Amino acid sequence: MSNLLQPHEADWYEASARERVAGLLDPKSFVEFVGPEQRAMSPHLAQFDLTGAFDDGIVVGRGRLDRQEVFVAAQEGRFMGGAFGEVHGAKLLGLLRAARDGAGRGGPRAVLLLLDTGGVRLQEANAGELAISEIINAIAQVRSAGIPVLGLVGGRAGAFGGGGIITACCSRIVVSEHARVSVSGPEVIETNKGVEEFDSKDRALVWRVCGVRTRYLTGGADCYVKGSIQDFREAAIALIAHAPPFELATLNAEQQRLAERLERFGDCRDAPEIWRKAGLPQPERIAEITDDAFLAIQRPTGADHDAR
Amino acid sequence: MEQFQVRGTAKKRAGGHRHQAITGVNTSGNLEILVERVLPDRECLVDVTTAVTGFRAIWEAVIQEFFERSSPGGLRFSINDGGARPDTVTLRLMQSARLMETEA
Repeated sequence: MSNLLQPHEADWYEASARERVAGLLDPKSFVEFVGPEQRAMSPHLAQFDLTGAFDDGIVVGRGRLDRQEVFVAAQEGRFMGGAFGEVHGAKLLGLLRAARDGAGRGGPRAVLLLLDTGGVRLQEANAGELAISEIINAIAQVRSAGIPVLGLVGGRAGAFGGGGIITACCSRIVVSEHARVSVSGPEVIETNKGVEEFDSKDRALVWRVCGVRTRYLTGGADCYVKGSIQDFREAAIALIAHAPPFELATLNAEQQRLAERLERFGDCRDAPEIWRKAGLPQPERIAEITDDAFLAIQRPTGADHDAR
Repeated sequence: MEQFQVRGTAKKRAGGHRHQAITGVNTSGNLEILVERVLPDRECLVDVTTAVTGFRAIWEAVIQEFFERSSPGGLRFSINDGGARPDTVTLRLMQSARLMETEA
């Protein structure tokens, strides 16, 4: 048995939502809210002749990270692409509201969102869209109450649609190579605008445009890690202490940063054009170099997510 | 979609003290199993919800063989299946019964 991988050594991308939570938090500290035995399942999927999941594809609860109390939510990207349905969204919303209500009264030090989602579940899209709006609102409330919300993205579904917007609302964002973060997914763009606009089968193009190396270099993520659960754990521990305050000055600075970014790179058609303009070395190779070589690149100035 | 139950009697009660365990993910070609120690004596029960209709006889054969091999007395298994093959079902059932013998 001794040669088995320990939970934190496993690869984030390959792990299930439950394995990620187990390896991310201090050993055996996780306590689940609304666990699978309560069978809080989607009331909608059966109408479409679809089988559900006992946890509706999301694990929520509390635990300790480096001995600090945290709340955590983990989406299971392999169940319906980690998509938001009514119950799925309600579990995350409830967790965020509980964190907000606990602020200053022994509540969590931070909320960790382990996002792995294609966006809204089409079979219950209205409920899913409403949930995402309420979640975005709740994240703002949690951050206003002084509790950092960390987004961790490294799964096969990435963070798309409302999940991409939720990611962008986090205080700090940790990513690993395989992840993608966007709003409209490649196939959606191709369907609406045509294959000349965006070829969703061109995987290299998809990762250059939606991939997290691009996000990291342009300030859509704060920390790029190699991809073990332990890497995500160490990054989360380090970032909790450095979350920006959620106040008008922060938002104004971020708005200005984004306006400047659009002004500077808005006419670029592909990521390497951005890297060339930004003066990065060998811009056409950035998508394919090793993680070590990528991490050695100096990020362009102004790439900090909250513009400080 | 098809739902049914398979009941059986194991040779002995399942070991360990864990109250519940969950394993697997309901995705294409896979399944999730929730196990709960809620039944008396050597009774065992599997609740199956599967995306694929028409294979009940095979499910029953696979599950009865699992009852024979694993002695999961006292355990109730609830399955959400996304079209897993019989060998995958056997593997997950064995895995879920084994989890109940480990520490939570």
